[in-house]
Amino acid sequence: MAALIHIENLSRRYGDHCAVEDLSFELQPGEVLGFLGPNGAGKSTTMQIISGVLAPSSGRVRLDGIDLRQDPIQAKSALGYLPETPPLYPEMRVDEYLRFCARIHRISAADSERAVARAKTRCGLSPMGSRVIGNLSKGYQQRVGIAQAIIHNPRIIILDEPTSGLDPNQVREIRSLIRDLAEACGVLLSTHILPEVQSLCDRVLILHQGRLVYSGPVSQRQQNRLLVTLGTDGDGALLADLPGVSAVEPLDPRQFRLTLAGSHGPADIAEAIVRQGGRLCELRDDQDDLERIFSQVTLGQIAFDQATLAERVQ
Amino acid sequence: MIRAVAGRELRALFLSPLAWSLLGVAMIILAWLFLVQIESFMQLQPKLIAGASELGVTDLVVAPLFDSGAMVLLLLTPLLTMRLLSEEQRSGTIRLLFSAPISTAQIVLGKYLAMLGVFGLLLLLIALLPLSLLLGGTLDLGRLAATLLGMGLLLACYSAIGLFLSSLTEQPAVAAISSYGLLLFLWIVNLSGSDDRSGLFEWLSLTSHYRPFLDGVVRSGDLAYFLLLIIASLLMAIHHLESRRRGG
Repeated sequence: MAALIHIENLSRRYGDHCAVEDLSFELQPGEVLGFLGPNGAGKSTTMQIISGVLAPSSGRVRLDGIDLRQDPIQAKSALGYLPETPPLYPEMRVDEYLRFCARIHRISAADSERAVARAKTRCGLSPMGSRVIGNLSKGYQQRVGIAQAIIHNPRIIILDEPTSGLDPNQVREIRSLIRDLAEACGVLLSTHILPEVQSLCDRVLILHQGRLVYSGPVSQRQQNRLLVTLGTDGDGALLADLPGVSAVEPLDPRQFRLTLAGSHGPADIAEAIVRQGGRLCELRDDQDDLERIFSQVTLGQIAFDQATLAERVQ
Repeated sequence: MIRAVAGRELRALFLSPLAWSLLGVAMIILAWLFLVQIESFMQLQPKLIAGASELGVTDLVVAPLFDSGAMVLLLLTPLLTMRLLSEEQRSGTIRLLFSAPISTAQIVLGKYLAMLGVFGLLLLLIALLPLSLLLGGTLDLGRLAATLLGMGLLLACYSAIGLFLSSLTEQPAVAAISSYGLLLFLWIVNLSGSDDRSGLFEWLSLTSHYRPFLDGVVRSGDLAYFLLLIIASLLMAIHHLESRRRGG
């Protein structure tokens, strides 16, 4: 099956400044691809190029197998895009706006009512149909933006920071919506929130200064690694002697990363520490791999070997 | 597709007080001008009859009304056209249109069609002024039709130029000012003397192509001038939107 998004050697220059340089990647059906990077790394520029809002300086974009430059209309019909600021007309009502979006996405007038109703239900906007967009709260405006992007059932969905400005409940709803959407199509998602990537994405790309610096699967929960915080200094020695612990890596005087061997679980370790007389303050799964990778590739100036990184995540 | 864009634009125009206030102001001023012309015609009428003049109400009321009307509308149209594309670029809603499966030409034509809708309505309202004279007299209807055609072309031309200048900038005010500048320049460019060398300026001027319509003369050269100006403006607007995508 052809990749939904296929990008080859994409570059975009603004005068002398190179916003995106030689970027290549693919998005497969059913995949949620996380797009990470510090501010100004070129995430939004890349997303705008894929959506046809900006033209690339060089390189090729194919959407669902169709070249974006050769046949832009056909290529874009498979695409739903939510820009960083939702593209809303504040003077319109939600229903009017969504009907307009349906029309410009080639949904016939007869079908557009149904499409509008479905998009509203999916985004929790059903009671808001007759409200003027300019009077809605930021969270609801964001939802209207998402509704606009999915109204025509696109196979490719590009969301530029979809959960920014939402309250925690809304964030949870939008995340579960994105998970639903990913069943039928491919989602490219940019965000600053690392836990969001961990909970939603199958694969992650990290951009830094316009270049792709990391590409790999999102770290799964590290079943065999635990973070342990003890109540007193100098108890680290007892950890190494616990049954089932194959390695201890001290992070600071009281915090340690344990690597477990065999079938030992967190409960066994907790019990063992307490039995040895250690004062256990915290014990949790070690999930911070993505954060570590992110700061290493974007802050550390070390040339990173992607292969070893990918290995470590797996 | 074009209709969807035009429909949204019209809706937005009439949801805001802008279109209403402009239509209202235009009608009040034109109606006032119309009444002034009628009054002066009533004063002249005895002399005209005494002198067996051929001049009638069409010459002395309708033609002057549309002559000054063109100037009044020149002052109003840039306020309607200024935000057509600049506002979309500033607020980012242009991204919705660019990411949708429609072409740049369809976006521009949709916007233009919406403008033609507004000005069509305005033209209809303006036409009612001279037509009301039919209640108490006769009019040269052929000449009135030519005048209305001229006014229609002029308005179409104003909006095409306004639309083009609106594609150049993100600031609606800048679009309005440059539209005023260009339209006024085209209006007065033929004032630069009347020797042989000013033929080009004469040809460039909106005035010299609009006035014949008021005399009831429809020349293919004038039609071609207006159509050329409209098509060129629209093409430049399309081209400029495209190049903004490329240039950022």
